[in-house]
Amino acid sequence: MIDSIPKHVNADANLVRRGRLIDTTFMIAIDDAYTLIRIEGGRVTKFTPGPFITPDYSFSLRASRSVWEKFWQPLPPLGFTDVFALVKQKLMRVEGDIHPFMANLLYFKDVIAAPRKEGAR
Amino acid sequence: MSPRFEPITGRYLHLDLLGKPHRLYVEEAGAGIPLLCLHTAGSDARQYRGLMNDPRVLKNFRVIAFDMPWHGKSSPPAGWQDGEYQLTSRDYVRMILEVSDALALDRPVAIGCSIGGRIVLHLAHDHPEKFSALIGLESAAHTEAYYDLSWLNRPDVHGGMVCAGVVSGLVAPVAPIAERWETLWHYMQSGPGVFKGDLHFYMIDGDIRSRVGEIDIKRCPLFLLTGEYDYSCTAEATLDIAKRTGASATIMKGLGHFPMSEDPEKFVSYLLPVLEKIRSQ
Repeated sequence: MIDSIPKHVNADANLVRRGRLIDTTFMIAIDDAYTLIRIEGGRVTKFTPGPFITPDYSFSLRASRSVWEKFWQPLPPLGFTDVFALVKQKLMRVEGDIHPFMANLLYFKDVIAAPRKEGAR
Repeated sequence: MSPRFEPITGRYLHLDLLGKPHRLYVEEAGAGIPLLCLHTAGSDARQYRGLMNDPRVLKNFRVIAFDMPWHGKSSPPAGWQDGEYQLTSRDYVRMILEVSDALALDRPVAIGCSIGGRIVLHLAHDHPEKFSALIGLESAAHTEAYYDLSWLNRPDVHGGMVCAGVVSGLVAPVAPIAERWETLWHYMQSGPGVFKGDLHFYMIDGDIRSRVGEIDIKRCPLFLLTGEYDYSCTAEATLDIAKRTGASATIMKGLGHFPMSEDPEKFVSYLLPVLEKIRSQ
């Protein structure tokens, strides 16, 4: 699922427009599997699955595989519809330099939820 | 589309609130039992646009919605630039009573969502004699902070965008797209620090857990409606109030934290039976 993020983000011209000022790398952790996602001008320009020895990123989102799988369903179950719903339930951790994340919250929420489009086909 | 006016009229009311002169924007529509509408934190009375355009509601209710000071088209009081806005339980209760008095409302029904859903619990506890019924939308006796509120007002983050971003997930994923983004637009238009100031009440000062059990619904009927997708004021939190007070509670399918704004039509289908009960009491 996670590897569909670049395709869906870069195909969405409106999402790319909304993220046009963003230049950062963030990390998604699914259990112990890490992926670095580089965003430049709103596009995903690099998608690098781990493992890493010294990963360099601004912020990370960490959750278990079962949580991500529910979150990425086209219509997620109650309580799994949003990053903050997961954070509130302590099912997800958002860590690091979260300034780019908070300053572009609507953009990153859509980037992170992009795999939902896979199941919706 | 041929041009048309809605049945809503809006006016500016000058009154003293909390001991200071205020200019308050008030809208109303319909005739009959006064129904005073209280918007959510960091938004304004436009959230009730669906209710105020629904002939089934307007037939028997005079629906009144005001923008709280600092919100929407209501100004902050003169001198606001020298302080920080912070809503407290005491001021919020006083403001509602003073607005109700200024409009000469006789025991209105009050309906409030989120912070409004919390304050109706305070009203039910402290002033049941002043209202003929209270309706809490997304009512919880308390909500713990689940993110650092300082992100909501700092110069290096766009306040409108971060406020909308924080609440976007509280809209039900099945809500109509146009109404979802209208709801978020209101958040994007909020003044700097206003949403954060409201959340002081919501997450800190307005905690009423210890007193909820003292609410006497025989003195003033209390109705609770909560969207199933609301993870801020959860269904569990609402049902807990119902259990402790005997209030009637309904969990609304397919709705989130902003039911009247994110899907007015679906919301009104849940509200109408409550209004009918109030009318026949």
